[in-house]
Amino acid sequence: MGFLENLINGVSLGSVYAIIALGYTMVYGIARMLNFAHGDVIMVGGYVSFVIASSMGLNPLFGILVAVIVCTALGITIEKVAYKPLRQSASLTVLITAIGVSYLLQNTALLIWGANPKVYTSVVAGWPQLQLFDGQLIISAETVVTICACAVIMIAMVTFIHRTKIGKAMRAVSEDPGAARLMGINVDSTISITFAIGSGLAAIAGVLLCSSYPTLMPTTGAMPGIKAFTAAVFGGIGSIPGAVLGGILLGIIEIFAKAYIGTQFSDAIVFAVLIIVLLIKPSGLLGKYVPEKV
Amino acid sequence: MAMLSVEDLNVYYGSIHALKGISFDVNEGEIVTLIGANGAGKSTTLNTIAGLLRPRTGDIAYEGESLVHVPAHKVVEKAIALCPEGRRIFLNMTVRENLEMGAFSRGGDAADETMEKVFQRFPRLKERINQSGGTLSGGEQQMLAMGRALMSQPRLLMLDEPSMGLAPILVDEIFDIIKSLHETGTTILLVEQNARMALKVADRAYVLETGNVTMSGSADALAEDDRVRQAYLGG
Ligand SMILES: Nc1ncnc2c1ncn2[C@@H]1O[C@H](COP(=O)(O)OP(=O)(O)OP(=O)(O)O)[C@@H](O)[C@H]1O
Ligand SMILES: [Mg+2]
Repeated sequence: MGFLENLINGVSLGSVYAIIALGYTMVYGIARMLNFAHGDVIMVGGYVSFVIASSMGLNPLFGILVAVIVCTALGITIEKVAYKPLRQSASLTVLITAIGVSYLLQNTALLIWGANPKVYTSVVAGWPQLQLFDGQLIISAETVVTICACAVIMIAMVTFIHRTKIGKAMRAVSEDPGAARLMGINVDSTISITFAIGSGLAAIAGVLLCSSYPTLMPTTGAMPGIKAFTAAVFGGIGSIPGAVLGGILLGIIEIFAKAYIGTQFSDAIVFAVLIIVLLIKPSGLLGKYVPEKV
Repeated sequence: MAMLSVEDLNVYYGSIHALKGISFDVNEGEIVTLIGANGAGKSTTLNTIAGLLRPRTGDIAYEGESLVHVPAHKVVEKAIALCPEGRRIFLNMTVRENLEMGAFSRGGDAADETMEKVFQRFPRLKERINQSGGTLSGGEQQMLAMGRALMSQPRLLMLDEPSMGLAPILVDEIFDIIKSLHETGTTILLVEQNARMALKVADRAYVLETGNVTMSGSADALAEDDRVRQAYLGG
């Protein structure tokens, strides 16, 4: 039973990583940049929903909605103000800017909400647990909701980029922005939409993360952000199924490492696995490479 | 008045002066070709007209309206399409999706009709409609690139080296298509390394050398010119 329980917890944690990794991978795929502030958008989502649900006592679902709206607007603003002026700059410049934005968000949160951790009330508090095998295996409502949310989001994203006009335009921009412009696609607004989607997803990830791990601090998003970035690279950066696969595997590895090897080592093991995978397959698990024909 | 009129165009890549004040015209219904050696500035010219590059000085007038400040994604709305050098089709997207992207600036239903027309011209694309662009042969990729450009229903079609890297039989096929597009009323601005074929289909031609127009005239006259024959037609 212990094994199964760990596995389910791993998939649940991995689902959160996967949702965050989707934002990383889509932004990278389209704007070719690593948005290191992405993790901190999660934290903002956590605080916004906390304020709505816990401080103001409103419906938690309304809290999620507001968090998604605020983070979407935040993502669009960050892109417009910090990244768009650097579209022609060296990638190192953009990377350093992203780190700067990350600290800006953390310190703003520190200023508004203080350094003391908030105790986050789960959005599904009071929902029944799932009891299996005569009560030997108990799965929390948070776990079930997180895994379901990840599945729904992944299906929605894959459908979106394959079936809708904007989604296809995003794929075109990710392959060849110049050719996309020749088609009449506005690359700037496509990048903006990508940031909006990624940041909206980050808000949901923030709510789910804080519901399962209820300590909310200005740095709450940093480590999950880095792990989700790792997951995106692990699965093949730019690939949506890759981000989900990478996220879930990373979650499972982390939980198993914690359970069977030790809490101190779990993060080291997570990153060691990444290094090994990248040595064997530099494009990541599902990263694809299509050779160009002449 | 010419349909497209390029006036004293100067384009730079950083400090590299790629176009040094070139001027030329394209009249409605013509095939005009730009010929020149590698690095002469042919692609730079087409990319600037398409809005991918900004000229430092000079003007591009299309039907009396300046294109200099029109962004690339708006140029295509003016019924100008560029089929770029190296094809640049979307390798991870299917043939159908590539064609849909070509019609991005137009409505959905109109696109279906246009796609049928493209398939009439390139039946092989229809057979491969659900294949991804990356799995097509070089010739099929070129047809897809041209078909994609046609999806925007351009009145001015710019082709950058459409015959590059193709077997002779495919080169003939591509030039037949260019002729038939011209017959159905499309104005064509053609850039080619294959000067012999280009001068054969074109009405008029301009010779580009290191960013300058050095010769111009009717395609037939240039094909007879000694200097052109020496430099571009192999004597
Ligand atoms: N992205 C770029 N950065 C810097 N210089 C460039 C760039 N693209 C082209 N150039 C330079 O501009 C000049 C014109 O190049 P262009 O590609 O327009 O030539 P072309 O006539 O199309 O040549 P080809 O027949 O080889 O395609 C060349 O000297 C080239 O080296
Ligand atoms: Mg060229």
